[in-house]
Amino acid sequence: MIKMEYYLVVSTILMFVGIYGFVTRRNLLAMLISVELILNSVDINFVVFNRFLFPGQLEGFFFTLFAIGVSAAETAVAIAIIINIYRNIRNIEVKNLREMKW
Amino acid sequence: MEYTILILLLPFVSFLLLGLAGMKLRPAVAGAIGTAVLAVVAVLCYATAWEYFAAGRDASGVFPTLVPWNTVWLPIAGDLHIDLGVLLDPISVMMLVVISTVSLMVHIYSLGYMKGERGFQRYYAFLSLFTMSMMGLVVATNIFQMYLFWELVGVSSYLLIGFYYTKPAAIAASKKAFIVTRFADLGFLIGILVYGYYAGTFTFTPAAATLAAAGTMIPLALGLMFVGGAGKSAMFPLHIWLPDAMEGPTPVSALIHAATMVVAGVYLVARMFPLFIGYAPEVLHWTAWIGAFTALYAAVVACVQSDIKRVLAFSTISQIGFMIVALGVCTSDDPHTGGLGYMASMFHLFTHAMFKALLFLGAGAIIHAVHSNEMSAMGGLRRYMPLTHATFLVACLAIAGIWPFSGFFSKDEILTACFAFSPVVGWVMTAIAGLTAFYMFRLYYGIFWGRENRELHAAHTPHEAPLTMTLPLLVLAAVTCVAGFIPFGEFVSSDGLAYTIHIDGSVATISLCVAVAGIALATWMYARREQPVADRLAERFSGLHRAAYHRFYIDEIYQFITHRVIFACISTPIAWFDRHVVDGFLNLLASATNGAACLIREMQSGSVQRYCIWFLGGALGLTILILLIC
Repeated sequence: MIKMEYYLVVSTILMFVGIYGFVTRRNLLAMLISVELILNSVDINFVVFNRFLFPGQLEGFFFTLFAIGVSAAETAVAIAIIINIYRNIRNIEVKNLREMKW
Repeated sequence: MEYTILILLLPFVSFLLLGLAGMKLRPAVAGAIGTAVLAVVAVLCYATAWEYFAAGRDASGVFPTLVPWNTVWLPIAGDLHIDLGVLLDPISVMMLVVISTVSLMVHIYSLGYMKGERGFQRYYAFLSLFTMSMMGLVVATNIFQMYLFWELVGVSSYLLIGFYYTKPAAIAASKKAFIVTRFADLGFLIGILVYGYYAGTFTFTPAAATLAAAGTMIPLALGLMFVGGAGKSAMFPLHIWLPDAMEGPTPVSALIHAATMVVAGVYLVARMFPLFIGYAPEVLHWTAWIGAFTALYAAVVACVQSDIKRVLAFSTISQIGFMIVALGVCTSDDPHTGGLGYMASMFHLFTHAMFKALLFLGAGAIIHAVHSNEMSAMGGLRRYMPLTHATFLVACLAIAGIWPFSGFFSKDEILTACFAFSPVVGWVMTAIAGLTAFYMFRLYYGIFWGRENRELHAAHTPHEAPLTMTLPLLVLAAVTCVAGFIPFGEFVSSDGLAYTIHIDGSVATISLCVAVAGIALATWMYARREQPVADRLAERFSGLHRAAYHRFYIDEIYQFITHRVIFACISTPIAWFDRHVVDGFLNLLASATNGAACLIREMQSGSVQRYCIWFLGGALGLTILILLIC
């Protein structure tokens, strides 16, 4: 059986990859994907902790399902915003988003 | 006698009206309003004097001190409070008559003299303000009210000296007058505070026990008050502002800088006289020496000035010196044994106000005719201006001390008091009286006889002044002729009891001889077209002549002390300290804050990704910290 630590290592790597992507990417879609990676790493953590530490219960799974649902909705909103940005300035580079800065 | 408060309120209302709405009125209307109000005030003053003196003496044989109107204005602590009110006693009633008379004459005179001047309405507003403040000063019920109005007269004097505010000399003169008198008033204020603290009251009649307990503080307070009086009354060495104050309009010089305001210092000493004589006679005698020196100094300087208003200004300083000497030589409050000077001083104040106002108004008429202050533009004017000539001669005879003009009587009383105190003072003052006669007749001959400036007079023939200007001259000349016969001692004396003036034969003979000698000398030197004696003397003693012409360089000494000593050695380092240390510290605080803001500004980039890095770094740092600690 795969030990719990392996899952956690995967989740940690996933999370830091997500953070790295979030701070380095200048493209809004790439940043959105990075945020999704972070969320997924958290989802994995929930599932793993539920599975290994509290085997008879289901809260972790429910949280995971809930988080997936919320992130789907959030993604829909974010993509709607990104599309609107694209319509306005014809690209989705973060450095060009100055319209409301000052 | 509650109506006496109107004497203060009416000119104040007139000041507000002319000051606020004056520019909407036509000049003639504004002048008429000011003069009419002053006429009412003068009538009220005469009525007050009549009623006060007609009411007679009380059981102890003195005129009672009345306070017809009084209100506590500023309670301080316990019994100490500052009142505003009206106090009537012989000297304040006498001053009311003097001020209202001269002021009314000046108001009428100015209708002619200031005609067509820019700011005519403003001029009348300031005159009303001055009259109100001067009246408030003399009827003050306490020393603090006196101080308030004292400053108000200072302000109105400042405003009127600087009336021609487009003239740099006038602006400089007004500033000089204000600063010098203000500087002296600092002493006055400290004196008042010391007095209030130790006497426990600001009134003029504190309890004898508290005064005795205060010891040397009361003489100190009185001495400091005299400093203020010396500033206002142009005593040496605070006299420097008065000659420059002649930059103002001539009627103003007559009213403020000859007849009324400058005698405020004399009035102050007279007001505090019971305290001076009872607790600080040595301070009083010091004032006599200061007064005598001032009288001598001013008389010498007056002998060589060529600007007629300056001659009159120095003669005013000299005459005020006489009044101060007369007060200072008093050794008791009994007029029969050493207290004569009080009455003499007040008498001289009264007569001097009349004839000096007359001299200034006459000088104004002359300046009006020849458009110059310099004697070189005059000479031989007696043929052009007979009325001015006659009245000016009356005033000159009065100030020289010739019987039967008013100056003779008051000056004779002063000299008698001086001789009674010490023969030295008596002879010095007699000599100054002779000098007075000399320089006044030098002035008289320089204007009306002597070398005539024919070219100037041919180009612009001098003419007699209009009626509005000659009428006040005639009235004041009439007063000057008869004022000497007023039994002044019946009204005012140092202990309040009736005192019958009797002319001391020997003193009167000496002073008359000296005055006649002075006049004769002036006649010999200045009456003719050719003046070889005067020119030769000026050449022989050219150093002295030049020094006296430059007023013995007192102004230059002030200039040196203020600029080279005070400004350079004290003010500049203080300014440096202020700019570099005090301001520097605050600037340092500001720039440190600014620098810190510049440093951390980078963090507030508005870029979410950068915040994310900071957030992550912080979270990691905290985690490591917690791991290390646990």
